[in-house]
Amino acid sequence: MDIETEAATHNEVSESPAATENVFVTRDLHVFYGDFLAVRQVDLDIAKNEITAFIGPSGCGKSTVLRCFNRMNDLIDSARVEGSVDYHGIDLYGPGVDAVEVRRRIGMVFQKPNPFPKSIYDNLAFGPKISGVKKRSELDDIVESSLRRAALWDEVKDRLKSSAMGMSGGQQQRLCIARAIAVEPDVILMDEPCSALDPIATGKIEELMDEIKTEYTIIIVTHNMQQAARVSDMTAFYSVEVNETSDTRTGILVEYDRTDKMFSNPADERTERYVTGRFG
Amino acid sequence: MPLSNPQTVGGVAASSVTHDITSGKRDIKGKVLEGMLIIALAGSLLILAILIIDLLRRSWPVWTDRPGEFLRGPLNSANAADAGVGQAIRGTIELALVVAVVAIPLGTACAVYLEEYASKSKLASFTRLNVRNLAGVPSIVYGLLGLAIFVQFFGLGRSIWAGGLALSALVLPIVVITASEALRAVPQSIREGAYGVGATRWETTSRHVLPAAGPGILTGVVLSLARAAGEAAPILLVGAATGLLRTGSQGFFEQLGAAFTALPVAIFSYARQPGEAFREVTAAASLVLLVLVLLMNGVAIWLRNRYERKW
Repeated sequence: MDIETEAATHNEVSESPAATENVFVTRDLHVFYGDFLAVRQVDLDIAKNEITAFIGPSGCGKSTVLRCFNRMNDLIDSARVEGSVDYHGIDLYGPGVDAVEVRRRIGMVFQKPNPFPKSIYDNLAFGPKISGVKKRSELDDIVESSLRRAALWDEVKDRLKSSAMGMSGGQQQRLCIARAIAVEPDVILMDEPCSALDPIATGKIEELMDEIKTEYTIIIVTHNMQQAARVSDMTAFYSVEVNETSDTRTGILVEYDRTDKMFSNPADERTERYVTGRFG
Repeated sequence: MPLSNPQTVGGVAASSVTHDITSGKRDIKGKVLEGMLIIALAGSLLILAILIIDLLRRSWPVWTDRPGEFLRGPLNSANAADAGVGQAIRGTIELALVVAVVAIPLGTACAVYLEEYASKSKLASFTRLNVRNLAGVPSIVYGLLGLAIFVQFFGLGRSIWAGGLALSALVLPIVVITASEALRAVPQSIREGAYGVGATRWETTSRHVLPAAGPGILTGVVLSLARAAGEAAPILLVGAATGLLRTGSQGFFEQLGAAFTALPVAIFSYARQPGEAFREVTAAASLVLLVLVLLMNGVAIWLRNRYERKW
């Protein structure tokens, strides 16, 4: 990777010294909603078994970019993706790629916890079942191990058949994480997973992320800069470019680097203003 | 030392502030409006109550003299003393069954396609618009449709099949519309949760969306059946018997292909006969139909309340 040419654009991509392999590589990624360009020119290399945070003000396209990594933007009719998103070398938007299989390997946790209106057990068993796990004993094992890894087993082991909707917000979100883990993904995408939760629940989830990062690659979108600083290895800062003539706002990737550098000595002035709280 | 109550609040005597907060005299207009709304509600209920009381009063002799025979007796426009609604009740039930078997799966499948598979396409928008138009078509037109297509073209004759299919065509738009609304009410977050763990569209729809929309769809179904049970025009045109009907000892399935009658038709038939005795019989038959329809609507409301989802 030639850092000199990369620096000529607005982005700065640096190779993380610890990782040996990239899970995602995006090049010239642009996302449109109809004719509206929501986010442009995103070039990222996401390393394996690291936590990458996307930070930036509202409307800068962080969630939009996140949703490109598991083809969730397909669910929005007017959404159109240009450029490439390579997952272990295969372009996710290339021909012949099965979005369903992609989503089995790249899981997602949403901003507002969204457990199915079913029992805790059924929430966790659904993914494995549709992947072909039929035996009850295997499903039981998967349910238990997922709940243990999400630090939820002790709290719910006696009421697996009760409705998931009866849990608190923090528990529901850990359930959603357990649900994502249950299908044994490669990557977990988290779209502001703690924004609807109180500080204690947030703390538990951050602990959880730290424990599981050795097994998964995690990308987290967060509004909370302190969280990004606490939790992530790499940080990508997005911002909004306002086009005065057409009165549109387009998201751009400003800077992408190791978290400690982004927060102590960022290269771009806009990054520095954002992380020190002087804007947005 | 505890604080004492203030003498003034914001420059005004405390006592007058207390008075203002606790008197509640300021919303006179609101109270008048509330009264008018209650009167309107009472008026509507009163009309229904009067109808039921009037029917009861007029049909009283039938219930005191021969309730069992009336409910089991055959259609008989010649002799009021022998006239009953037994065949009519059976016909209404069989028609409802045909509607249930035909319109419900078809209507639900149509709604699933429109909402889950094709939601943004031009075909879907066009279909949705036309379904709404079809829901407003007068029921007698569905009767003509039934006569031309089911009785004559498909050669089903004047049978429950033909009548049931004509009624199915009538309620199909209603099933599609209510099922669509029930599906639309399922939050997108549930679909995203399912897709997020790698479910296909069918897995998401069949295992999550349809079960969640179930109560709403069921309510729509029961309402449609109540509507179908009460319609006279389509089945009159399809050829329900109005005078005398010999069904003899036909079994259930044989009856489906043979001459039939139904409650709305029986009422129509008895209402046209002269004589006081037939007034009683007409009132009694009307009461039976009214009770049946009210019961079905009541079940629909109970189902909706019982299974109402709080997301």
